[in-house]
Amino acid sequence: MGIEQKLGNMGVVTTTLEQVVNWTRTNSMWPMLFGLACCAIEMMAAQASDYDMSRFGMELMRASPRQSDLMIVAGRCSKKMGPVLRLLYDQMPEPKWVIAMGDCASCGGVFNNYAIFQGVDEVVPVDVYVAGCPPRPEALIHGVLTLYEKVNAEKLVPVKA
Amino acid sequence: MDKKLEPIVKDLQEKFSITYEEHRGEVHCFVKAEQIVEALKLLRDEHKFDLLSAQTAVDYYPKMSPRFHVIYQLTSLEKIAFIQLRVPVNGDNPKVPTATSVYDTCNWRERELMDMFGIEFENHPDPRRILMPEGTEGHPLRKDFPLGYEEPQFTFNFEEINIRKPYAKE
Amino acid sequence: MAQIEEIGIGQFKHLVSERALRGETMLLNMGPQHPSTHGVLRLILELDGETVINCIPDIGYLHTGVEKNMEAKTYQKAEVMTDRLDYMNTMGNNLAYVMAVEKLIDVDVPPRAQALRVILVELQRIASHLVWLGAFGLDLAAMSVFLYCFRERELVLDIFEMVSGQRMMTTYIRPGGLWRDVPVEFEKAVRDFVKLFHKRVDEYERLMTRNPIFLDRLVGIGYLDKKTALSYGVTGPMLRASGVNWDLRKATPYLGYDQYDFNIPTREEGDTYARYIVRIEELRESLRIIEQALNKLPLGPVRSDNRKFVPPPRSEIGVSMEALIHHFKLWTEGFLAPQGSIYNAVESPRGELGAFLESDGGPKPYRVHMRTPSFDNLAVLPEITKGHLVADLVAILASVDIVLGDIDR
Repeated sequence: MGIEQKLGNMGVVTTTLEQVVNWTRTNSMWPMLFGLACCAIEMMAAQASDYDMSRFGMELMRASPRQSDLMIVAGRCSKKMGPVLRLLYDQMPEPKWVIAMGDCASCGGVFNNYAIFQGVDEVVPVDVYVAGCPPRPEALIHGVLTLYEKVNAEKLVPVKA
Repeated sequence: MDKKLEPIVKDLQEKFSITYEEHRGEVHCFVKAEQIVEALKLLRDEHKFDLLSAQTAVDYYPKMSPRFHVIYQLTSLEKIAFIQLRVPVNGDNPKVPTATSVYDTCNWRERELMDMFGIEFENHPDPRRILMPEGTEGHPLRKDFPLGYEEPQFTFNFEEINIRKPYAKE
Repeated sequence: MAQIEEIGIGQFKHLVSERALRGETMLLNMGPQHPSTHGVLRLILELDGETVINCIPDIGYLHTGVEKNMEAKTYQKAEVMTDRLDYMNTMGNNLAYVMAVEKLIDVDVPPRAQALRVILVELQRIASHLVWLGAFGLDLAAMSVFLYCFRERELVLDIFEMVSGQRMMTTYIRPGGLWRDVPVEFEKAVRDFVKLFHKRVDEYERLMTRNPIFLDRLVGIGYLDKKTALSYGVTGPMLRASGVNWDLRKATPYLGYDQYDFNIPTREEGDTYARYIVRIEELRESLRIIEQALNKLPLGPVRSDNRKFVPPPRSEIGVSMEALIHHFKLWTEGFLAPQGSIYNAVESPRGELGAFLESDGGPKPYRVHMRTPSFDNLAVLPEITKGHLVADLVAILASVDIVLGDIDR
């Protein structure tokens, strides 16, 4: 009631389809409920009361990859987990984005050894890297907002180079 | 030595002719591989060592022979006593009888040692790899297994590593 | 990259019942990505309708090679790895490793450092139990508990950030003492937290303890008896919920735990509800310990002055040539630990956390093994889930309080 009455006399808003699509995509981006290691706890903290990621349209964590737009790789990815991670990524519907949260997911971090992928970008294509071991919830939120900027700049029809 | 441990070590010496070492108040008893199950049974049933706290191994390659020591760290809840058994195992065909009949926790602990050190536990009920994926070559915690260190990417060598790094495709 | 193996009966032939081989029961794959497995645990379930006949855990999806990596670093630098083992209990992991190193190099810790360690480890125990309680609530579909628990956990993390500069991976407890003394605001922050938290525990209890839905889902589920628990090497709150009064803080009082007056909560029932009650009681006991430690907090240095092993404080480096040399030596080469092997265990929120160190006289540990409690606590899962429904399995798994980093190492 209230808002329509106020906006009622504003008439028609014109914009491009691209902007509307990108706006809706950024404001209801559902991340996958999926954590690997330490960073998952900070991801939970970012969802919980003090930081509250739902301010950015992320209140709904989906446990199924089929329903999610964003994969937050939170933690170190071992050689045994790699194929599973790729399978989950392949199961997500387009359009999809990946945030590598934390040092281990970004570059291997302190674990430079036989068991860990030196950066999860060897398994799935990554859009945003968040530094920190583990990153603070604010850092994760900053990473999400950086992703939003990237999404907002996306074109519906790819421009030929 | 701790007074509580004296009769226990004496008993072990009489029955299995073990040798022992002391270090910072800990007692390490060296037991032969074929006697380990009996020794564990004796400690559990007669001396109340109910808890097998840890089971691990050390690889002394190439310094020492026998190459491996399998280590059993036991705790007695009643007496509040701690004792460590060590089983020296040969390097070329490492075999120890399984202790799953005495402590159930040995099931997973021995699978871990099989996976990480390649020590075979005879008659183990579930001899599969536990931590590494099936089909992995080698045993990571052996001293001749490389750490797998990769050169980290910094600003000065960014381009060089960027070219050869196997990035994933869409 | 290797392909994912199809889940087939071939691998697990010796672990499932005969009926599964005839195709009468169903094999179900749960995980590694599943909201109630608390990380990347994979369970292979053999089901008859809704009833679990066999449960086969498959671990290793978070295998990090921590032990091997620690062997390639000096004693001080290897400590960084211990934080990331059990990431809910970082201070406790530091403590277990550092105490083993101190036993190896025979260094005494000043009383102020010991008291501060007690406070920090008990705060960590509270934080760890809070994450457990929140996740436990979530698994039983009680969303609000999760939000309340994380609210209080932030207060603990703020204290950690105040003393160490990091929220989770603190590496604050160092061989020979602490990294530095706590700031002046520390005492007030802890007192405020303790005062507030007494009320908050009551709040959680009002939400959950006598909640009929909660009781229906927990009482009598996942029974674990004394003998099985001990045989499987189960420790910590799980063992105490099965009626064994065993806590390393009482049995082998380290860090001067014998000066403090506290109880070991024990229950006889051995079911999921008993584990919940034990952990809630532990929250209160930890608060008691923190209060006593704060009241008795002595003044003095927080680092041993044994310069061969412990780096000198920052203030000395500017004025003393010797201190500068020691500082340089210790942070480049590290110290040479005497030969020998050590096993030292402390009580973590999940059970007996032991560190096994073997030294060959060099600056790097020859062999490190962390005896992690979750590993054995998870091994007992097949025993306690048999005959329960899949929905109960979720509650049982949550009550075990596993941390996958702790299991896979």
